[in-house]
Amino acid sequence: MRFKMCDTCGCNQPGNAVTFKKPSEPHYQHDHQHHEHAHEHHPAVTVNLEEDILLKNNLIAERNRGFFQARNIRTFNLVSSPGSGKTTLLEKTISHLKDRKQFIVIEGDQQTMRDAERIRDTGAPVIQVNTGTGCHLDSQMIHRAVTELNPPEDSILLIENVGNLVCPALFDLGESAKVVIISVTEGDDKPLKYPTMFAASDVCIINKTDLLPYVEFDVEACKQNALSVNHHLKFFQVSATTGEGLEAWFDWLLNEKGTAHW
Amino acid sequence: MTIAASVIQTVTERAKREGARKVTRIDLEIGELAGVMVESLEFCFDVARKNTLSGEATLNIISVPATGRCEDCGHQFHPETHFSFCPECSGCRVSIEAGMEMKIKSFNYE
Repeated sequence: MRFKMCDTCGCNQPGNAVTFKKPSEPHYQHDHQHHEHAHEHHPAVTVNLEEDILLKNNLIAERNRGFFQARNIRTFNLVSSPGSGKTTLLEKTISHLKDRKQFIVIEGDQQTMRDAERIRDTGAPVIQVNTGTGCHLDSQMIHRAVTELNPPEDSILLIENVGNLVCPALFDLGESAKVVIISVTEGDDKPLKYPTMFAASDVCIINKTDLLPYVEFDVEACKQNALSVNHHLKFFQVSATTGEGLEAWFDWLLNEKGTAHW
Repeated sequence: MTIAASVIQTVTERAKREGARKVTRIDLEIGELAGVMVESLEFCFDVARKNTLSGEATLNIISVPATGRCEDCGHQFHPETHFSFCPECSGCRVSIEAGMEMKIKSFNYE
């Protein structure tokens, strides 16, 4: 037991002799003599909270999930570093599938309407969330965006998170699945450098495969690195620019129920 | 920063309901693999606590050791990273069972 001074007056009473009570309970008594000096008596109280730090976010995320479930909306949270090609992938996906499925998009960026304008040109309803200095979207932002967008039944909601491989990993938005995108112009060891994101994701898209002849990116090494972090990951190798490999991604997107337990 | 602000908000709201004069100490449990940098959390905490009931509170962060289980052989061990291999069978299908938590364990007030 660590020796600790009395919390109230700093005398040399061992800390473990001090008991803690809530204000509504009978006032505790010191079993030692106080010094001569007068001081105001404020009993120290411990509250055992045992509460998840992100409880509020997680509760709203579950509320979002319930809304999506009720309307049979499948929701995908797209996360990556800046510049991996998320918006281009969304443009291609929506343009190709819009006759078969209604898509709704939430765009997250710190500033500007640029991504939302690009998505708007595909015809899909879109809302831009500018987080200002924030580095991630949270479930409250999604709740508000969804309230404004009012997505119809049986649609697919695509959320493009802020380009950041760190913080968005921690914030559940209520999605059916998290999709991490890595482009071949990045390092194939990125899954090891940012393991939390790859551990939290369900799907990994390797984008810009048309550039493979020009870069040192080793697709198999990247997959092995990602699988060593999360052996449940499913992979798609695509080039959003040329369209290579997109069919498999489209099939998955249209049919996947997601990993969230509804 | 969101995490620090969330801690302060949760604790301060609860402390107000309890009729606290000031919060003196906050205990957090952060898993080794939670993806939270303790130094930056401490820095953000200093900013977030200003002008609240928790303005003078000390922050105590308890690190929760990670445990992982190999899905191939069932061996339970301490993985140092998300990509640790099973020390028994060298399998890489390891599930993290603990070490991802981010919890406000308790707080003290006067």
